[in-house]
Amino acid sequence: MSQLQSVTLDEIKHLVSDRALEGETMLLNMGPQHPSTHGVLRVLLELDGETIVNSIPDIGFLHTGVEKNMEAKTYTKAEVMTDRMDYLNTVGNNLAYCLAVEKLVGLDVPIRAQYLRVILAELQRLASHMVWLGTSALDLAAMSNFMYTFREREIILGILEMVSGQRMMTTYIRPGGVWRDVPAEFVPAVRDLLKILPKRIDEYESLLTKNPLFIDRTAGIGIISGADAIRWGLTGASLRGSGVNYDLRRFAPYSSYEHFDFEVPLRTDGDVRARYLVRIEEMRQSIRIVQQALDKLPEGAIRSSNHKFVPPLRSEIGTSMEALIHHFKLWTEGFDAPAGSVYVAVESPRGELGVYLEGDGGPKPYRVHFRTPSFDNLQVLPVLAKGTLVADLVAIIGSVDIVLGDIDR
Amino acid sequence: MSTIDEVITHLAEKFGAVISEFAGEKSLTVPAEKMLAFAQYLSDEAGFELLSCVTAIDYWPQETPRFHLAYRFNSISRNLSLNVRVPVPGVRPVADSLEKIYYNANWQEREVFDLFGIKFEGHSDLRRILMPHDWQGHPLRKDYPLGYEEPQFTFNFDEIDLRKPYAKNRDGA
Repeated sequence: MSQLQSVTLDEIKHLVSDRALEGETMLLNMGPQHPSTHGVLRVLLELDGETIVNSIPDIGFLHTGVEKNMEAKTYTKAEVMTDRMDYLNTVGNNLAYCLAVEKLVGLDVPIRAQYLRVILAELQRLASHMVWLGTSALDLAAMSNFMYTFREREIILGILEMVSGQRMMTTYIRPGGVWRDVPAEFVPAVRDLLKILPKRIDEYESLLTKNPLFIDRTAGIGIISGADAIRWGLTGASLRGSGVNYDLRRFAPYSSYEHFDFEVPLRTDGDVRARYLVRIEEMRQSIRIVQQALDKLPEGAIRSSNHKFVPPLRSEIGTSMEALIHHFKLWTEGFDAPAGSVYVAVESPRGELGVYLEGDGGPKPYRVHFRTPSFDNLQVLPVLAKGTLVADLVAIIGSVDIVLGDIDR
Repeated sequence: MSTIDEVITHLAEKFGAVISEFAGEKSLTVPAEKMLAFAQYLSDEAGFELLSCVTAIDYWPQETPRFHLAYRFNSISRNLSLNVRVPVPGVRPVADSLEKIYYNANWQEREVFDLFGIKFEGHSDLRRILMPHDWQGHPLRKDYPLGYEEPQFTFNFDEIDLRKPYAKNRDGA
């Protein structure tokens, strides 16, 4: 370490073809500051003319040691780190982590809190798909869509701010329920949004779905079969674009998703266009779920009354000695979780977001691991990109919808 | 074989695995030397097509086993999930790579290697993945500090390095 080490081709020579070693094909570096890599991703390309022979993704530029940091914090304090991994799915990250904590300590969540979680998680999915749609179309030089999708995304971020005070890093979902009840303006605001969204999604589609240029750039590119996609650990809309019906909201329902009626959109082509169509349809299904959850939203408690784990309401502290003690204990040392491990997975906008959480009997997690969807989805890039043109690589990276903060953690 | 309990009982008998239960979910502890055959059976016979997650846990200062590898397998066709744990010793930590069976084990195992220093035999590309390629040590090990280290500069790097107890390659990993 005292002297700088240089990177040589030796380290990666088993990943390129023999022709690269003889100088017959060209090695080209793409990123990590390339705008179409959706973050800080570096891809080393082996090119034969314009055709990609091999591609080697290089990640880790955003590695911040989230898992190690969480081991040094109490269960409650560690939660704020989860927002900062996948910054387009902050509510979903909180949800996955809270579900894991609740399973570890055995907490029940009131039904109103579960419905609020579903509403916010689906709004977040819509916002995430809007960012994906805007940016991946922008990569293919369709500029106007970006403006339209970000216009609607602002409304969703405004709703998140309304309930939590934060546009992105909400930490609104807490172990045992949610932070506090939604304000009176919340339901009307979401209903107003739902009124305009279906038309707006039609509008996005009218710009792209039947656009011959867009079809040329997406159809038949980056193909993967369903069986291969599973073996490569692809999940989420990218897997469903290959015709595999795997959606964790159906596979292992959490947070009362089983109460809602929705379809899991599937496509069998397995190309960039199929993944695009699946995500568009998913946005419509998310609207359906939010609509149902709003209609059925029950009154009642918004967090568990088990005050060994969940802080009492602020108003109780002034009148109840017990509430004051619980408040003090929870905010100074936190709660103890039993020794044991759980794995909980939720359907993030990108796929299976899993949390492995292990407790050791103390107030801090012994080990937290996030199985992030982008990590496995990016891994398949060399398979998708083999034999395509350099320009198509941009379309493919866009279509698997990666977030580098989610990959590097 | 339909419910997960029956699958687990069957697998435990066949591979000499130990069943444990926590929070209403059972998991199997499989000996490291049988893991490859176990995974092959899961994939070919038992219909677990998807390897969701590979990770490790460090139980330092305990040495045998110091690490546990934790796997999560899903069967999409049968709607089942299975937790598997594999103990790995602290001295020369080595496990079999599942890359040939589940392709996505490639990066997942690279991450475990990078952050825990567990080597995977039969892995095609065992390089660091998240940390810089010339990094010393494995950050998620419990004997690796979280900050509070003496800062090293160019002029005193070697001097401080000598008295630094952590972040060294004790086993050449």
